[in-house]
Amino acid sequence: MNPPTRLPRPVVRAAANAAPAPAADAPLKIEVEHLSFFYGEKRALEDISIKIQPNMVTAFIGPSGCGKSTFLRTLNRMNDIIPGARVDGRVCVDGHDIYGPGVDVVAMRRKVGMVFQKSNPFPKSIFENAAYGIRINRMASSKSELAGRVEESLKQAALWDEVKDRLHESALALSGGQQQRLCIARALAVKPDILLMDEPASALDPIATQRIEELIYHLKTNFTIVIVTHNMQQAARVSDFTAFFWLGRLVEYERTDKMFTNPTEKLTEDYLTGRFG
Amino acid sequence: MMARRTPPARKVLSALFVGACGLAVILALIPLAFVLFFVISQGVQSLNLDFFLNNPRPVGEVGGGMANAIVGTLILTGLAAALAVPIGIFSGVYLSEYRGSRFAPTVRFAADTLNGVPSIVIGVFAYAVVVLPLGHFSTLAGGFALGIMMIPIIARTTEELLLLVPNALREGALALGATRARAVFSVIVPAALPGIITGVVLALARIAGETAPLLFTSFNNAFFSTSLTQPISSITVQVFTYAISPYEDWHRQAWAGALVLVTIVLVCSMAARIAAARVGRIRGQ
Repeated sequence: MNPPTRLPRPVVRAAANAAPAPAADAPLKIEVEHLSFFYGEKRALEDISIKIQPNMVTAFIGPSGCGKSTFLRTLNRMNDIIPGARVDGRVCVDGHDIYGPGVDVVAMRRKVGMVFQKSNPFPKSIFENAAYGIRINRMASSKSELAGRVEESLKQAALWDEVKDRLHESALALSGGQQQRLCIARALAVKPDILLMDEPASALDPIATQRIEELIYHLKTNFTIVIVTHNMQQAARVSDFTAFFWLGRLVEYERTDKMFTNPTEKLTEDYLTGRFG
Repeated sequence: MMARRTPPARKVLSALFVGACGLAVILALIPLAFVLFFVISQGVQSLNLDFFLNNPRPVGEVGGGMANAIVGTLILTGLAAALAVPIGIFSGVYLSEYRGSRFAPTVRFAADTLNGVPSIVIGVFAYAVVVLPLGHFSTLAGGFALGIMMIPIIARTTEELLLLVPNALREGALALGATRARAVFSVIVPAALPGIITGVVLALARIAGETAPLLFTSFNNAFFSTSLTQPISSITVQVFTYAISPYEDWHRQAWAGALVLVTIVLVCSMAARIAAARVGRIRGQ
């Protein structure tokens, strides 16, 4: 059974619906124009345009395989390492096209941090995990500065109190939720502007999930957050804006409260009410 | 309703299969048991302190040993490791982390071919490129030949172990602003290190038992030598020399040498496993 094939292709009004009522004075954090993405011959994303607001949480929702994770990964060029992947269109972060010529991908990724679906702490100590990005980007000039930054990032990720007495134990000994918060701390330690989160709580139990959601809520004061989730309630709880993807297209992009109460597109409504996906 | 009993034919077949597997294991282990039995029972008789402290003595004189050969084997394998460990590990990194590159399949094929080259051929090669230009047999030539043998083993082992490291760790490092090389050497290689250490030591244990490549590279030396430019004795060549001699005395010495060699290999393998387990434990794996 494959429900999407029974449904009509969505009529996507590109760009027209891609700018929900923003905080008008704030400059855009990410602006994507006509982005298409290919795995070899297969087109995974089709003509996506979206404007992402600073210091807001933007959620990407949609059924499995709709391209939301692929799209998230185009925002910090993580797809570059996939052989045969190709991108068309522009992704501007703070006004600069990250796919433009002469872009320093490594420096760009420091600004656009990422947290993955499955927590992926390095097989090192808790301290070394949090310190990794600081070390490789030479962001601390002394041991005490390094320790200070590690502490700061662990506090930001609401993990400090649980690990402060065992910083030099293996990160792999932490629970799943703690590991994921360590990965968030590790990403925050390099002081990114933007944090991309790819289903960060999908492998966690409800309590750990709640902690991550609270964390996201607090983090948006300092960071712009884009989160992919397959959990619509989670999108409704944590996000300010929601983008609904279907079959590689952006169907609707709206303020979250509007999207969940009064979606414009019939397809969005069908998905949100559980008629497919 | 009662579940139907398993038909006896299926049970018999299953038991037969398990039995056949067990039998195969026993058949495979019998030669090992015999080798160990003979080496130990024959070797222990001639093993004494003199064996470790003295150099070979002429036939008929008592108290001869293999001190020079034991040290020689250690020096030769050390040289081989110094050559092969860096080259092998870097090649393995290339094979694993740049497997998409045009050269990777060629390199992999070359490594497998080199691995399959008979050791005597490697000896001839080392003779041509090291012994002939220098004009005489030397420790360097022996170490070179053994090192050449080690490189493909280490390269392929490293490649396979690096491929076992989850891709998520690579992505995690890249997402933090690591360059590819940085990600490899600060995250991926350390994650695979316990396995790589084991692989290196097992490769060492394998080449420590080689005789053919040494016959016309490091040759042999009746005296104690640590010079890199002079011929040097090794346990394997010494055992070979003694074993083909007509003297009962020397046969006993050969058994003792074989026992020492087997013990060195065994200790290396065990040490590697212990070291790997310790590194693993520190990381919580």
